[in-house]
Amino acid sequence: MRDEVGLVDKKPDGRATAAVFDRAAVRLGGKVVWRDVSFEVAGGEFVAILGPNGAGKSTLLKALLGIVPLTAGSVKVFGQPVRRGNDEVGYLPQRRRFDPDLRIRAIDLVRMGLDGGQWGVPLPSKSKQERVEEMVALVGATGYAQRPVGELSGGEQQRILIAQALVSGARMLMLDEPLESLDLNNQQAISNLIRGICQRQGVTVLLVAHDVNPILPFVDRVVYVAGGQVVCGKPADVIRTETLTRLYGAPVEVLTTSDGRLVVVGQHEPVSYHADH
Amino acid sequence: MPQQGPSWDLVADIQLLLQFHFMQNAFIAGTLVALLAGAAGYFVVLRGQSFAAHMLSQVGFPGAAAGVLLHVSPVLGLIVFCLAAALGIGWAGRDLDAGHRAESAAVGSILAFSLGLGLLFFRLYAGSAAGIYSFLFGTILGISDRDVQLTLAVAVLSFAALALIGRPLVFATVDPDVAEARGVNVQMLSIGFLVVLAFAVAITVQIVGTLLIFALLVAPGASALQLTARPGRALALSVALSLAFTWLGLALAYFTDLPVGFFITSLAFAAYVLIRAAKGAAAVRGGKLRFREPSFATPN
Repeated sequence: MRDEVGLVDKKPDGRATAAVFDRAAVRLGGKVVWRDVSFEVAGGEFVAILGPNGAGKSTLLKALLGIVPLTAGSVKVFGQPVRRGNDEVGYLPQRRRFDPDLRIRAIDLVRMGLDGGQWGVPLPSKSKQERVEEMVALVGATGYAQRPVGELSGGEQQRILIAQALVSGARMLMLDEPLESLDLNNQQAISNLIRGICQRQGVTVLLVAHDVNPILPFVDRVVYVAGGQVVCGKPADVIRTETLTRLYGAPVEVLTTSDGRLVVVGQHEPVSYHADH
Repeated sequence: MPQQGPSWDLVADIQLLLQFHFMQNAFIAGTLVALLAGAAGYFVVLRGQSFAAHMLSQVGFPGAAAGVLLHVSPVLGLIVFCLAAALGIGWAGRDLDAGHRAESAAVGSILAFSLGLGLLFFRLYAGSAAGIYSFLFGTILGISDRDVQLTLAVAVLSFAALALIGRPLVFATVDPDVAEARGVNVQMLSIGFLVVLAFAVAITVQIVGTLLIFALLVAPGASALQLTARPGRALALSVALSLAFTWLGLALAYFTDLPVGFFITSLAFAAYVLIRAAKGAAAVRGGKLRFREPSFATPN
């Protein structure tokens, strides 16, 4: 549907660079969240952002969105300095469910991703309407797009929000805990949907997760945030006892269960992820 | 007050209604108020800011009294006080809107104080209860030509502001985090809407009074949102209901010589109860399928 390669600097393997952190640091309320963060995300990659609570995973996304300013270094998206309102970037914030009484149709919510931020009265537009319907169909939400969004299930709401994030023509999708509070079936369905968007549309995916296991089979790389530092690499290289112990600065052990799931445990308590944090 | 009662001749009835200047003023101001209150009310209900609307109206009460005391228009006094209160709420942040937790005690005290202040101002002015009564419960008698002009200016300006900010305001209401990431200034919009709401409250108080403000500023929007989840339709429906309540209420008050506030609140309440009951019955009968949005292939 969309050209995989944008008009940005190419890497040797021919893929465009989607995001670059260069010695970036963020300070919030006088406290350094993380610093000296440097890594690159290639176009079309599926990247999981992992780490314990409060490590600054969401802040990483917010820095990419231009919501949280850096205190040092730089961050670029598709070769450009970050800015709010970038149509090339779609965002699903961490959230609880919509209020069940919220009386606005799901399709109206998707439309907001296109021109919801503009001033003035929205005029009927056939092309915009078609674009919205195309995205609704892409996420498989056509059957319930006319219903008030508050009445939809958690999984249905996530599909609608993914359509909203993509509708402006986003080439990068940032999702903050999109699988949280979903049952196992929906976790599977939503992660498959995200993978499909990544593979078929060439959309770069950055996904913040508590639990890497539901997405482990199709994660290209992992960005692990802990102790004010970030380690980036292939899942098997990052989610290891030695790497994480160095990152946490405390003994941490990575266990593999008999069904291939990864569990990270600290000395006294589980540091990070179980299926239900 | 009326020379004759209403007949079944609608034209004659309307001529009868509008034969006095005060009724013409009441209908002009009432129409402007209904248009603005109906439109603002959609956003009030969607944003869950009914309490803020109520708060503004009560803080406006001493403003009206001060306007009377200083021999300027009471509407002007209302506008000044409501604006100050709106900026105060905007400054204090969203916590106040919900009206719960620790703030509710502080807010309650401020509201009681403002009503007391209004009582004092009216007492200082005339010592009569008539002025207080009309600003607490609304009136169709006391709207001067100057108030009508002021109402017109306020309504036109507020409507223009709503048309401008309406779309990003809905976005910021429904999905503030995404709206912010998309470049919408959520906090400025919130304060901007409170300012529009202050204007809407200030002119609405003329018709239904401080205590009955919900009838025009909340009930039509709440009823409209029960009937449709389409933003455009709900907004139009809210305005239509607000107009209907106001016109019918003014006419009934004129012909019966009973308070207009009673009729407008009764109509608003009846409509809301009917709609809820109809929806409830439909949900029971149709397995929750009726009254849902019709699924046309081409929405919008």
